[in-house]
Amino acid sequence: MKHTISVLVENQFGTFNRVVTMFSGKGFNVNSLSIGETEIPEISRMTIVTEGEEKIIEQVVKQLNRLIDTIKVVDLTGQPRVERELALITVYYQKGNRADIIGVSEIFRGNVVDINNKTITLEITGPPDKIDAAINVLEAYGIKEMARSGTVALKRGEQSRGDKKESVQKNNLQVEK
Amino acid sequence: MKGHKPFLSGAEIFFECLKHEKVEVVFGYPGGAVLKLYEKLYDVDFLKHILVRHEQGATHMAEGYAKATGKTGVVLVTSGPGATNTVTGIADAYMDSVPIVVFTGQVPTHMIGNDAFQEADIVGITRPITKHNFLVRDVHELATIIKKAFFIANTGRPGPVLVDLPKDVINSLCEFEYPDKIELRGYKPTVLGHQNQIKKAADIIKNAKRLLFYVGGGVIMSGGNRELTLLAKENNIPITMTLQGLGAFPMTEPQSLGMLGMHGTYWANQAVNNCDVLVSLGARFDDRVTGKIEAFAPSAYKIHVDIDPTCIDKNVIVDLPIVGDVKHVLAELAAEINTPPDLNDWWEQIEKWKDECPLTYENNDGKLRTQHVLDRLNEFTKGEAVIVTDVGQHQMWTAQYYKFNHPRSHITSGGLGTMGFSVPAAIGAAFGIKDRPIISISGDGGFQMNMQELITAVFNKLPIKFIIINNSFLGMVRQWQELFHAEKYSFTDLGDSNPDFRKLGEAFGLKSFSTTKPEEVDPILEEAFSINDGPVLIEFKVEKEDMVFPIIPSGATLKEMMTKRLDPKEMT
Repeated sequence: MKHTISVLVENQFGTFNRVVTMFSGKGFNVNSLSIGETEIPEISRMTIVTEGEEKIIEQVVKQLNRLIDTIKVVDLTGQPRVERELALITVYYQKGNRADIIGVSEIFRGNVVDINNKTITLEITGPPDKIDAAINVLEAYGIKEMARSGTVALKRGEQSRGDKKESVQKNNLQVEK
Repeated sequence: MKGHKPFLSGAEIFFECLKHEKVEVVFGYPGGAVLKLYEKLYDVDFLKHILVRHEQGATHMAEGYAKATGKTGVVLVTSGPGATNTVTGIADAYMDSVPIVVFTGQVPTHMIGNDAFQEADIVGITRPITKHNFLVRDVHELATIIKKAFFIANTGRPGPVLVDLPKDVINSLCEFEYPDKIELRGYKPTVLGHQNQIKKAADIIKNAKRLLFYVGGGVIMSGGNRELTLLAKENNIPITMTLQGLGAFPMTEPQSLGMLGMHGTYWANQAVNNCDVLVSLGARFDDRVTGKIEAFAPSAYKIHVDIDPTCIDKNVIVDLPIVGDVKHVLAELAAEINTPPDLNDWWEQIEKWKDECPLTYENNDGKLRTQHVLDRLNEFTKGEAVIVTDVGQHQMWTAQYYKFNHPRSHITSGGLGTMGFSVPAAIGAAFGIKDRPIISISGDGGFQMNMQELITAVFNKLPIKFIIINNSFLGMVRQWQELFHAEKYSFTDLGDSNPDFRKLGEAFGLKSFSTTKPEEVDPILEEAFSINDGPVLIEFKVEKEDMVFPIIPSGATLKEMMTKRLDPKEMT
């Protein structure tokens, strides 16, 4: 099963590498990984989408917690959350179908961000399955190239960072840091 | 000038920090990138610098020192090859949770990434084998980073920390003040176990019928051996120990069942297989302990106490996890267990297993065997020695036959299984322990992997007994070839290519002995133990094709345990 894990890390030299090294060293899957600054400049947020049995995911969370530079690890799976991904998709167009392509983009609430005499580049934002759907439709026109950002996610509602610390618990086993 | 902080160079700050951390000994090797540090070291008098002969030796010495004393071992080496030579020792320390701090020189910050002379990305290389590592990019960070390094190395589950020191950082000046406190918001080890979990564990232990404690190195690291010994003796609880746990409980006490696992005793493994409550204390359910996971303690309610949450449910799913420092948890458990469990029938059963299949070896055919040497060593030292083993058959025999009565007395490379560990690790231990004999035991293969460090022992007049168990084979690999690889003794016969170890010892300046006869063991040990102003070397040329029994094949169950070499006639 897919899990979306949100990790707050020290915004320091080598932290990204440390997380990636841990994933590859332990043989954990990474479907997507994104990292960027938070509202506090010295803290970055990584959003990692990973896949595996429950036992593996438990290890992923524990191993992430074990890294000295991780401040907080939350498995957002099964929790109310907003998840977004951004894709830039460059599509070939022919005489007569340019409007169709723009129509598809509009249906997916995308934007046209570049165009030349052969291709048109669309920007589409949304949950990963929405982007998959857009790609599915656009494939018929011929996709020249594509870049996806990977998922970023935040928990919905009151409990965001700064509130009570969350923890991953199993039989009262505290792996909270 | 009151109130002004002094301006110091990075090199001066480095040694001020080591002074604050009460470092007594540094194992090191100079080179281009650390010249400034060595220039300053020339005038430092509060610590001892031990010049090694290879940087791998330095890391194993730091490990030996740390394992023998519980203090943090310190290494100082140069950049590039100096740094990369420490990698095996760091990986070893990581696997066995040994607190060491390794300082490596680095090319100046502006040259990093330029393929400068003696440049290696040691921080990148050691990221997966350190608990944490640092590249110091500004002299202003130096003191804080060093304090963090020592704190991280020797708290929680201990481990190696590497600090990379670029040359310009060491040369530049800044105001110095050693920080009182450091803030590591991402690192807060859980020390106290969960109260309710401990209460629940105590209840289950009190009502157990077939109870077993499975004790690992964590008990020794936490200093919980006293709590364990009290609890186990008061309640007559059977105890089996892992390779790293040996000595956590005195092995001469009746409650000790010896080691479990692949080469563990028959009765310890039977006890694991049949217990109804298994309490794991500071152990990690390693594959050499469990064999086939599904068949490991199949009917037991499993309680797991460990300071590292990642250890829990990693290999074996347990029923009751307790994250915390084993010493604390044991003390609280002891307070909760007010009525001892009734284990009379269980002990009766264990005694039967002991009689069924004791540890034995042929001792009357005039041939010299490792087990005999170990029995004699045990007798000579009364279980009071610090024994530092290498990796292979002699290591397993030592674990089986030497009766460790104290924690921090059995020092060995367990997790990584690093041949060449014993000689330098014994030297490191000898710098920490002065009042007990230090004995290094290696095979003929492993001895040759770090024998250059003999001269470090000679130069420092360390009274170490370097014992070589020479069977002219890479014995453990040979054993596996005989048992599992169609008797193809591929590149394990060292017979013709071994050096003359006695002459080799003499060339290094050690009083050296060699024998093939069991009756010469005692007189040699007697003479060797009378020499206390320097190391000695003893080569025991033992029976070539002896095997370590019992053995449970890798990934197998107790049913497949072999207790002796099969007679060809029985093998039809």
